[in-house]
Amino acid sequence: MTQTPKVMVKATNVWKSFGHNEVLKGINLEVKAGEVTTLLGPSGSGKSTFLRLINHLDTASAGRITVDGDLVGYREHNGALHELRPQSIAKMRSEVGMVFQQFNLFPHMSVLQNIMEAPVGVKKESKARVRERAERLLERVGLADKRNAYPGSLSGGQQQRIAIARALAMEPKLMLFDEPTSALDPELVGEVLDVMHDLASTGMTMIVVTHEMGFAREVADSVVFMDGGVVVESGRPKDVLSNPQEERTQAFLSKVL
Amino acid sequence: MNTSMNGLTVPDVSVGQRSPEKVKKLKRPGRWASYIMMGLVAVLVIQSVATNPNFGWPIVGEYFASPRVLDGLVNTLQLTFIAMLLGVVLGVILAVMRLSTNPALYGAAGLYIWFFRGTPVFVQLLFWGFISALYPTLALGIPGAEPLFSTDTNSLITPVVAAILGLALNEAAYMAEIVRAGIVSVGKGQTEAAHALGMSNMRTLRRVILPQAMSVIVPPTANNVISMLKTTSLVSVLSFPELLYATQLIYAENFQTIPLLITASIWYLIGTTLRTIGQYYTERHYNKSTRAQGLSIMRRFIELQKRRGTNDAPAR
Repeated sequence: MTQTPKVMVKATNVWKSFGHNEVLKGINLEVKAGEVTTLLGPSGSGKSTFLRLINHLDTASAGRITVDGDLVGYREHNGALHELRPQSIAKMRSEVGMVFQQFNLFPHMSVLQNIMEAPVGVKKESKARVRERAERLLERVGLADKRNAYPGSLSGGQQQRIAIARALAMEPKLMLFDEPTSALDPELVGEVLDVMHDLASTGMTMIVVTHEMGFAREVADSVVFMDGGVVVESGRPKDVLSNPQEERTQAFLSKVL
Repeated sequence: MNTSMNGLTVPDVSVGQRSPEKVKKLKRPGRWASYIMMGLVAVLVIQSVATNPNFGWPIVGEYFASPRVLDGLVNTLQLTFIAMLLGVVLGVILAVMRLSTNPALYGAAGLYIWFFRGTPVFVQLLFWGFISALYPTLALGIPGAEPLFSTDTNSLITPVVAAILGLALNEAAYMAEIVRAGIVSVGKGQTEAAHALGMSNMRTLRRVILPQAMSVIVPPTANNVISMLKTTSLVSVLSFPELLYATQLIYAENFQTIPLLITASIWYLIGTTLRTIGQYYTERHYNKSTRAQGLSIMRRFIELQKRRGTNDAPAR
């Protein structure tokens, strides 16, 4: 490989405040295509907020984020940023998968309906084709037998695996995971991490906000440690996790490891 | 007591037979006293109702299924249906407006709800009935230019139109609040998940939010149907021959006021009773997902037991 991998996500001096509360204070970050990046840091460090800016669920107060070269939420014209129309934002979001801490499956739809809703309704793909893909994805997350179940009858781990399948059904170029295992009973964490590990091995670009140090160490290509709304330290997992340079990183890791 | 490996004692939990012990039920003398009291009151009421000739039961029987009363009943049911339908549609629109981020939209919806909930529906009906005193002619066209269409208000706003407008526009204000409460009751995560999948606001509302809001919207709406069925009787002031006005017309001729009011009341009771039974099934239908959740505790428990047994790993 002589070619350097292309940049999938690039954040340049991103700020975000809620009222007077400044949550992000100038984030600079680059995620390369095909890599798994984990965002670590204490609660309130701004990890989840940053993740939500990437698909414009929240709007940055300042700075720019690009996904696959396209500016998120805006169009640049004559040196000024213009807000995008809702349709354009929706289009961009349809190319970025997101997995939530609380799964957020649609409780009134069966597993299969959950997975097929967006590809059929948003991307207007044929039902037969989407169904085939949905079955394949269910097979992949090990829940083919749950296709007609409703989310309420599934365990947290199963729901999260369905949520991952639902996001993948849109064939995204980037997957965002917002603390995907934090709401799970301890014995169910493993099955979700296994699916994510499997996904990483297929070359999916993933940004994962997590507290799972094992996952960060074994699966991630890079680790970003955030605290107080800034990136404190980033690099390869073995460098950041085993030999942290910054005092704040050391303090955090000594508590969680 | 069993002693386990690590030396702790654990209670004996071996499964046994259900014990055949007899249990003496608590005596409830107060309950028996109330049975007797209520029974006595019931007998007195029934006796009075049956023997007082002023109730005019033969006349009730005579008019109960008479064509004029039945026509009135049909009008009442139709009026209820149309006013409810328009009220629900307009209510959904108002609720969505109320939740919009556009100040003009939520301001207008707020003003509408404030006005139509803040004045009695009876007064609103009278206004619609006397609308021609306010606007003698109605015209359609561009202000200042010659109207494309112009008509006498009374020929357009007939009693039935006034009745529908009055009831539906009032109902919409109440429905808006019911629908809004339903929409708000659906967690924010659902909207975010739908948006993250690239769904538009409209699609999110239609496919994700409203179906879930239904279990909150349906019970009070069904309640409003019952209320509407009875509120249609106010329309009698507009001389529209719904159930009450139909019976009023009859007793204006034969002066059998009480028997005919009883006739109307029995029909209202039948209508509301049927609606209440229907409500049970509608609610059950819209609580499907909730019932599935109720099941989940049991399922989860079973699955946990299974996993303990097999050390279940995700099959891939």
